[in-house]
Order: sequence, then structure tokens, then C-alpha cells
Amino acid sequence: MSELIPSNPPLVGTDAALPRRRRAAGAFRTPKEAKQYWILLVTLLLLGLLAAYGLLVYNNPVPVTSPSFVPVVRRRTVAIVAMLIAAVCQSLATVSFQSITNNRIITPSLLGFEALYSAIHTGTLFFFGAAAFVNFSGVDSFLYQVAAMVVMCLILYGWLLSGKYGNLQILLLVGIILGTGLGSVSAFMRRVLAPSEFDLLQTRLFASVNNADAAYFPLAIPIVVVTAALLLAHARRLNLLSLGREVSTSLGSRHKAGVIYTLVLVSILMAVSTALVGPLTFYGFLVATLTYQAARTYDHRYVFPMAFAIAFVIITGAYFIMNHVFHAQGVVSIIIELFGGILFLSVILRRGSL
Amino acid sequence: MIRIENVKKSYTSDVQIGPLNIQIPKAGLTSLIGPNGAGKSTALLMIGRLLDLDEGQISVANLDIATSKSRDLAKILTILRQENHFVTRLTVRQLAGFGRFPYSKGRLTQQDEEIVSKYIDFLDLTALEHRYLDELSGGQRQRAYVAMVLCQETEYVLLDEPLNNLDVARSVQMMEHLKYAAAEFGRTILTVLHDINFAAKYSDRICAMKNGQIAAYGTVAEIMQPEILTDIFETKIEIIQGPYGPIAVY
Repeated sequence: MSELIPSNPPLVGTDAALPRRRRAAGAFRTPKEAKQYWILLVTLLLLGLLAAYGLLVYNNPVPVTSPSFVPVVRRRTVAIVAMLIAAVCQSLATVSFQSITNNRIITPSLLGFEALYSAIHTGTLFFFGAAAFVNFSGVDSFLYQVAAMVVMCLILYGWLLSGKYGNLQILLLVGIILGTGLGSVSAFMRRVLAPSEFDLLQTRLFASVNNADAAYFPLAIPIVVVTAALLLAHARRLNLLSLGREVSTSLGSRHKAGVIYTLVLVSILMAVSTALVGPLTFYGFLVATLTYQAARTYDHRYVFPMAFAIAFVIITGAYFIMNHVFHAQGVVSIIIELFGGILFLSVILRRGSL
Repeated sequence: MIRIENVKKSYTSDVQIGPLNIQIPKAGLTSLIGPNGAGKSTALLMIGRLLDLDEGQISVANLDIATSKSRDLAKILTILRQENHFVTRLTVRQLAGFGRFPYSKGRLTQQDEEIVSKYIDFLDLTALEHRYLDELSGGQRQRAYVAMVLCQETEYVLLDEPLNNLDVARSVQMMEHLKYAAAEFGRTILTVLHDINFAAKYSDRICAMKNGQIAAYGTVAEIMQPEILTDIFETKIEIIQGPYGPIAVY
């Protein structure tokens, strides 16, 4: 009977004589996939730059020689910078968030940022009137909004993740309920607004880079650069965290600390993006989903650049098409959310489950 | 040595594990057996620092698991659960490479790569090493995780039901691998098993648990007694002598 049972396991090194390629676990499966990655990344970045350049100069109502050419370009540059910031924030935040939650369907919007943003604005208009609402802009209001959103998240995370029963699922559930609650409160306040006030509010609640105020940039850019750099430096830890609590703990990571650190960075990025250009619910999801298709690796050091490139192409491309193909101005989030929503549904239907 | 002193974990006032007191010596394969809900996995998770203790103390190789740094423990102790969330776009080799994280913090050296190759070959995963985890069967994925755990090269390896999802041939192979790892690489392996006969054939020691307590602990010959097993599982169990040692018949 003993011959039925495989005897000793294969001895180590028995296949050393076999010819084979260098055995190493890089970020990519094969050199070919690595090459495809770099080609795609460079192509996307070039496309993004092209679209950005197009947005700057294409269809400029004044000729290049005219002295008013530069002011027009300068005005358009503000929008491009806003797009750049939104692309960095949304792409890095969504990818990191999905990695630490081990879930590729949820987005940081679920933590209630956007609901809070709309509640802040609706509340300002409702309680203080149109004059205060119009004045609620500038560096102060930007700082207040970012601070309010980050503080809300820190309280939520601190409370929910440090408790004995604290876990991510409960955090998300509370985030969704809070978001829905804030959304309902805002919806209620909106019902009783005068039509003219409602109109004023609506333009601010639709995400638009044209809402972005260049006065915010000196604050927003350093915040985003530092936070994004911290996330990039954190990439190897994120790889580990994405294996889940048990495996990453066994491999020596302080999982909860890692998750909270990541969530803080994510909340800062989301808060800056939301305060700058407004809610972009599906944008991050769209970017992250496309990134996982495009970058055939688990490694965040490579996923992050690809996510940024895709985010930048989508937002500049969407604006270019909106402005110069459809000759429509403003609410590009409609296009992004339409495609994002369709993609969201198709991912859920294809995977068959959440 | 794994030293467990007065360890308690209460879920509710009725459901309580412990107090547990046991010392598991270095080297060899120890199996935890017992009926469902006996506290085997809870005990294993507490040793593996995945579950906090309510009372008592656990030390592994003289390091207190509650106060030692996680990254120091990761070079001494590793734990693998039966079901793991798996990342898409992660290959077998990349997963195994994560086992070197406590040493290289994600920057694999040539030496790390050689260690990874060694365990991938050892677990017969050579042909699969560049497959993504979601392209594997449950049993293959299980082996890939075991490869990761072995790559960690810890003295102590804790496995929670490693034979789950495996057919007889794969189960035998897995136990052969674990036994070999314990004998040749000098590892101390502690594993939760449901099949008494697998435990009897491959273990050096068996620890039987019942109702949150350690009911019996000893060598295979000491535990594989009809009275002891019948009492633990509350089912009539006979022992017959098979070609490889005692076999429980129920």
C-alpha cells in the first residue's frame, strides 16, 4: 500500500539542471507585460498632455499674435491645474481605498465626503442666504471645508477602528448611513429653497473644474503633492495591506495602524478634490476599474502612475470632447458619471456579486 | 517553545475558552484535534496574535506575543488561515515572495529569490509559479499560501485546517510536505486538523480540545486510545492497528 502514497516530497533543487529563465518575482509576470505597461503608460500620458494642450489653445477665440491670447490661455490653465489636482486625488485615493478595504467596487465617496460637501453648501445657503453663499468662497472657505471633511473622517476612523469591535465593514456602513442622512437633510433643505437660490446651489454641486478658484491652488497643490508623495512612499506597505488583515499581520505589519494611516491620506486627498471641484462620485471608480485592466500587476508602485495617467486622460479628454465636440460648457461630471455608472453596473453584473 | 499560561478568551458568559495551560516543545508537528466549537482555531489564532487574549500570557521562543513587535514576531512565527482573501493580478511567485517581507520589506534580494524558488519547487508549484492566484484551483491556491508561509522561514508555523478543500491525494501530499518541513527544516508546526487519522499518521504530538479546555495532550500512542477519543468526540471510536500505526474507526 505504501507505493500508493507519494513518497518523500520532491527534493529541493532537483530541477536545477532544467534550462529556464531567471526566476524572480518582479512586479510583472513577464517582461512582455512590463513592456506593455510602459508603452500604455507613456501613450496615456501623451494623450493626456495632448488633450490638455488642446484645451489650452484649441479654438482660442483670439489669434496667437493678439495680446489677449495669453490671458485666455492663463484662464484655461486654471482649469487644467484643477483637472490635474482632481486626477491625482481621485486616482490615488480610490486605488488605495480599494486596496485597504480589499474591495474593488466601493469608493471613498462611501465615507460620506460628498454628502458632507453638499450639506455644507446647502446649509450655508439655507441658513445664511444667497449673499453669504456667494461670499462663502476663497481660501478660508476652502480650508474650512477640507478641515471639516478630514475631521469628520478622523473622528469616524478613530472611533470605529480603535474600538474593540471596530472593523472596516462597520465603518463603511456608518459612512453610507451618514452620507445618506446628510444627503436627505440637504435634499430637504433644497425643497424649501427659492428657485433662484436652488439654481445658484446647483451650479456648485455639479462637479466642474470651472468652479475651481485659482486662489486655492497655493494651498491645495502643496497638500496634494505631500499627501501623494506619502502614499507613493507607502506603496510597498499597501501591497502588504491589500493581502488582508490576517496575512499582513502574520507578515509583521501593524495592520490597523497601516489602515488608519492610509485612510487619513485618502481622506485628505478626497477632501481637497471635493472642496476644489465638487463631488465626482463615479470618476474614481471608473479610473480604478480601468487601471486594474490596464496595469497587469498587484504592485502599487506601478498601479499608482497608471491610475493617474488614466484619470488625467479621462478628465482632460472628457472636457475636450464636451467643449469642442459637443460645444457644451461646464458639467462634465454628467459624462463621467454616465460612463462610470454604466461601467459600474457592467462590473457588478459580470462579477455576479459584490 | 510555545508556552501558554492561563490563557482565557470569553465570547459570552457561556462560551469561554480556557484557562489553557500548555507547552509545545520546539521542532516536530503537533496537531490540535477536537469537536467543532472546542476552541482549536481560537487557540491557534491567539498564538498567532490574530485574536487578542482576555487573560493570560502566550510566549513563543521566549517572546511575549502581546508585547513584542509584530515585525520581530514575523521572523519567528507565522500563521495561515484556511480562507484568505486573494488579490487579483498576483502570481504564485509574487505571493510566495511576500513571505520574505519581514526580511526585505518588499525589496527582494537574490538570496530571497533563491529561497522563494526553493519552497516553490518544494511544494510542486514550479510549473504554476507565474499563474495568477485566481487562475488556480482551491487546493493549488492553498499550496501557494503554504509556500508563502514557508518562505517566511519562521521556526514556528501555525496552520488552521490546512487540509480544507483538499482531496485525499492532495491531503496526503500536504501532510507529507509539512512533515518533511518539520523534520528537514526543523520547523515547529502546529496545525488544526479535523481528521483524526491524518493527525495520527503525521503528528509527533496531539493536543485534543473539548469545550474550550485541553482534554488531552501527548504522543500519538498516548492519545489514540478508544476511551480518550470516545470521550472527546462523544462518539463511539475504536482503535485498530493499521500498517502505519493506530487508526480510529467510527
